[in-house]
Amino acid sequence: MSEQTPTAPAAAAPIEKSEVEKRFLDAVKADERAGYVGYLVETSKLVDVATAVRDEMGYDYLSSITAVDYFSDAPDAKNFIEVVYHFYKSTGGGALELKVQTPRDNSVVASLTPLYPGADFQEREAYDLYGVTFEGHPDLRRILMWEGFAGHPMRKDWKEAFYEDEAKPFKNRWPEGQVYRIEDRNPYNKNNKYPQGFDPTNFKEVDDPKLYEVLERAAREYTEDIDTEQVVVNLGPQHPSTHGVFRMAVRLDGETIVALKPVMGYLHRNHEKIGERNTWTMNMPFTDRLDYLASMSNNFGYALAVEKLMGDKGTPPERAQYLRVIMAELTRISNHLWAIGFLLNDLGAFFTPALYAIEERELILDVFEATTGSRMMCNYFRFGGVARDLPDGILEKIKLLVHDRLPRKIDELDIYLSENELVRSRSEGVGVITPEEAIAFSTAGPVLRASGVPYDIRRADPYGIYDRFKFDVAVRYHGDVYDRYMIRIDELRQSLQILGQALKDLPAGEIMNGKNPYQVRVPAGESYGRVEGPKGELGYYIVSNGKGNPARYHVRAPSFINLTILEKMCVGQKVADVVVNLGSIDIVLGEVDR
Amino acid sequence: MYGLGILKGMWVTLTHFIDSYVEDIKWMGRKRYFTEEGVEHRRSVDAKGIFTVQYPEEKLPVPEEFRYVPFLVYEVDEEGNKHDRCTSCGICAKVCPPQCIWIVRTEDPVTKRPVPEPVDFFVDVDICMNCGYCAEYCPFDAIKMDHDYEMASFDRHAEHIFNKEKLSKPVSYYAGIRPANYTREEAIKAEEAAKKAAAAAAKAAAATAAPAAPPAAPAATE
Repeated sequence: MSEQTPTAPAAAAPIEKSEVEKRFLDAVKADERAGYVGYLVETSKLVDVATAVRDEMGYDYLSSITAVDYFSDAPDAKNFIEVVYHFYKSTGGGALELKVQTPRDNSVVASLTPLYPGADFQEREAYDLYGVTFEGHPDLRRILMWEGFAGHPMRKDWKEAFYEDEAKPFKNRWPEGQVYRIEDRNPYNKNNKYPQGFDPTNFKEVDDPKLYEVLERAAREYTEDIDTEQVVVNLGPQHPSTHGVFRMAVRLDGETIVALKPVMGYLHRNHEKIGERNTWTMNMPFTDRLDYLASMSNNFGYALAVEKLMGDKGTPPERAQYLRVIMAELTRISNHLWAIGFLLNDLGAFFTPALYAIEERELILDVFEATTGSRMMCNYFRFGGVARDLPDGILEKIKLLVHDRLPRKIDELDIYLSENELVRSRSEGVGVITPEEAIAFSTAGPVLRASGVPYDIRRADPYGIYDRFKFDVAVRYHGDVYDRYMIRIDELRQSLQILGQALKDLPAGEIMNGKNPYQVRVPAGESYGRVEGPKGELGYYIVSNGKGNPARYHVRAPSFINLTILEKMCVGQKVADVVVNLGSIDIVLGEVDR
Repeated sequence: MYGLGILKGMWVTLTHFIDSYVEDIKWMGRKRYFTEEGVEHRRSVDAKGIFTVQYPEEKLPVPEEFRYVPFLVYEVDEEGNKHDRCTSCGICAKVCPPQCIWIVRTEDPVTKRPVPEPVDFFVDVDICMNCGYCAEYCPFDAIKMDHDYEMASFDRHAEHIFNKEKLSKPVSYYAGIRPANYTREEAIKAEEAAKKAAAAAAKAAAATAAPAAPPAAPAATE
């Protein structure tokens, strides 16, 4: 096709673009809405296009699937739901963004799960929150809400129980100043919707029949020589090994896992809906609460996504860029220390390694507290800079940590654990993921790299100023729990390398690009900002319609999508290994459930 | 040799164990526990041995930037009257992510014009997420984040919507908990005041010079 999209940035891989359009003359056309990139695919041709994109063009990594509800009350408005796919090459480079549109009242799109198994949970999420039916999905159940929940909470016309207004700020705060608690004025039951035929007074708790049916189906494919009875066991939701409220329904043959289905959503608070009610600025502290062990990385991703839309106004000055990298890498260190400590807890080394690791983490959190005001809920990034400069004495403390204490302590941790025969015999060869599986299941971060895929966004698709630093992409090749432990030690050392360079080059100067306004203007359009978070690829897909609030705010949560492969890792192994496998993925439920 | 890794690991735990006693011996004569100096050392980069803090007998000092719930700053003039810095502009209520700030305004009964100082000011501290936006975006330095984090109470409905009386604290308190911020803000204010004064002086000078100029001209011709 000869036509050029005027809005698409020319630098973003123009060769692939024309290639895609040439290949599918009739099925694909460039997205020409102002501020949009990518291609609109005809709904009926989606699977064909996705197959060719994977097999012929090398976009083998399906990073993110999400839906957007384009809805307006206006009588002549064109309302539809758009499903957005972000494809990447596992060898690096920019995104290929495909979109399909489907009507709101009968939303049906073909499922990509048979092609990309990593689409499984993401499609279930879109089905749950937007009501899009994915035809051909092997297990299309609700994932965050419970079966029988009325409506689809992310749709624009759905209203939460304590609904106040379409968007913040609410009028009764200012100028009206009428103080009351919304739950007093609008008590429970008044604004609750139930599905048809549901009577809360006569409600009897029933087991989730759909879940157990899936478990049974999976069990039928399992064959053993001796006919034994299988039992269903629920691990969780309240169990220390699940790192939060998370449940795994497993079907056991003796002690062997026959089938496993993760059940989540206990901590679901509709983060994305809250994000759409919030103004752009208000979302920043909310991102802290996703992966609460790595709030700086969460801030980073969101700031990147919004700054992409803001253009020149959103470019942070040099010092802020360096501060961002320093904070993000310190976060990675504190997160990995925590992950290692608690993986060892899951292995049975109860709390001694965890406390040794936490001691170092605590020193990093002190740095965060002195700089940002809070240990974990940092809320440090602003659009076009950072909130505060380093206070007196903190730079010296960071230098002492990076150059002296942390290298020493990481080596100590390495000596303490890595060669330990008990650790090795419990973790080597357990939960093996092959590189092909790791890519197909859209795993990210340490899980992906421990399986021999050297994919690190800091290198593959650099953001911020990461292209200036020399570091190695840590990679291990066995794909077992032991390698997922070792890769975190490797990454700790690489983070220290980056920190050393960043601290050496940290320039003086401004920390904000211009003023820090309490309301920002974000031009209409869409953007996808992704960072290499400690747990993997953390992406924010945002759509702006030029108003004060995001029209769509989606979080591609690495711990959520990494869980897709959990069943694959666990089947055929023992119950005790499930706990270790889960620990080696390193999930945070605040991010899984959002 | 099988077991060597375990032995090496045990050696690490042993050194940690011994360290805690060595540190105590090193601190012989000085108190390592229940003193400010001791707490400060245990959380420093050189900390070895025991690093825990025995709350509530010992408390970690909070850094200046530490933020908990907001409070309102008021000035006290020479006669002892309190004046809120707050002008009810509403930026804090508009930027608050969980929307926990309510501002009640009033108007002057005689002139019918809005009074800058708020009649009342509410913060629901249960909803407050301690993000610090209100303090960050307040153009009048009227709302600041407090350091007092021990505020549990028995009844959330009666106690946890703070009104203006409960929120207000004097400037001296603010200067006490955030000395660096306070000095910086005062310096900016003094600079602005100086600029304003200079501008006003220049204006006044120009004003006196301008009418003075025409008479001056005839004066010169005289």
